[in-house]
Amino acid sequence: MEWQIIRDSLPLYATGIKTTLLLLAISLASSFVLAVPLAVARVSRRAWISRPVWFYTYVLRGTPLLVQLFILYHGLAQFEAVRESVAWVLLRNAWFCAWLAFTLNSTAYTTEIFAGALRATNPGEIEAARAYGLDGFRLYSRILLPSALRRALPQYSNEVVGLMHATAIASTVTLVDITRVARDVYANHLFVTESFGVAAVIYFILTFALVGGFKLLERHFLRHLRSESRKGLEPSTPVSA
Amino acid sequence: MLLHGYLPAILEGLWLTLRVSALSLVIACVFGIVGAMAKLSPSRAARWTSEVYTTVIRGMPELVLMLLIFYGGQIGINKLAESQGWDYIEIPPFIAGVLTIGFIFGAYMTETFRGAILAVPKGQAEAAAAFAMPPLQIMWRIVLPQMVRHAIPGFANNWLIMIKASALVSIIGLDDMMHRAGLAAASTRAPFTFYMAVALIYLLLTSVSIFVLSRLEARYSLGLKKVQF
Repeated sequence: MEWQIIRDSLPLYATGIKTTLLLLAISLASSFVLAVPLAVARVSRRAWISRPVWFYTYVLRGTPLLVQLFILYHGLAQFEAVRESVAWVLLRNAWFCAWLAFTLNSTAYTTEIFAGALRATNPGEIEAARAYGLDGFRLYSRILLPSALRRALPQYSNEVVGLMHATAIASTVTLVDITRVARDVYANHLFVTESFGVAAVIYFILTFALVGGFKLLERHFLRHLRSESRKGLEPSTPVSA
Repeated sequence: MLLHGYLPAILEGLWLTLRVSALSLVIACVFGIVGAMAKLSPSRAARWTSEVYTTVIRGMPELVLMLLIFYGGQIGINKLAESQGWDYIEIPPFIAGVLTIGFIFGAYMTETFRGAILAVPKGQAEAAAAFAMPPLQIMWRIVLPQMVRHAIPGFANNWLIMIKASALVSIIGLDDMMHRAGLAAASTRAPFTFYMAVALIYLLLTSVSIFVLSRLEARYSLGLKKVQF
């Protein structure tokens, strides 16, 4: 182990961690905002509403994220119309493309997770809400979504961890995230443990921090779903998607 | 011309992508079965090893693991070769890529198979033991055939993730479909066309996989009563 190399590259890793976490945070925020209405549309009984959403999630979940990112970042430049449009300022920016690709990709997975949770709603809850005169928007915002989003929490935590791991792909489009830093350190010194090994440990720690955070959220939001005798034990969830 | 005449080149890349995915799947299944048996074994050392394996692998990105194992494995093997006085050994990127993906997804398969084995009623293995079958034979003849049905949904999921992860081997220098598309895009200045073509091929691969696996699941669940609501 060459501790000197690790010590010298620590500031680089710090900026890498910042990039990774920032990319994760903004992508999660935007995909959450998009996924909630899309999930409602996905479970709609009207085919012209639910089918397009199904198609969207099917295509985005059926192709690799790396390809999606390359289509946005490298691909769109092929068209002169794009290069001359106002959007080009954004589309030639690696940060913007990475954010857009991760948002679109994560929205697809999150939509399916939320839709699954909505479908698992106890019919009695809907009947009770209807009996109280709740309908349409208020039925969703007051009754269906609060309970579905709670139920979705364990699976959603898998998606969040998966997205955090997926951000490593941003290193292929010039973003200096943890993986890019590791690849640069490796290129400079040709030591594997000191470069990819360090990155692996950082990702490992971040993964466990996220999983731990979600465990706490689950303990808070899913308290009503645990049986009395098991209150002391925590619901077990797999680590990753 | 279709894809500026680069279609054959892309299809050659597809062939490599398919070989990488298929071979990695075989390796992942071997790791998965061994890992699942270790997780359920009475030996504490086996359980612990398997637990560390799945926890560590699933705690970090595939790309980082790939780079770590790809470069680290090469150096590790040559350190060993040096100490034994052998010549320099060059691991071909294809072998390294396949072993790496297989090793990574073996951890996911371990979890899938563990759950599936647990879903087979215990009495089955106990009855086999009462007939004096040795443990490995019980596993092979009794438990494994019955766990397939429970394993298919998780298995399908892992396979779909694996096919998509195979696009990452282009980053460690394998000449797969993604790499070919990159070369073609550079020389024709039509990146959109080529990456879109690759995306469509991947979509075709995942669609066919979903169809085949759902048929397989139906086949293995034939003896099962469907619940009617």
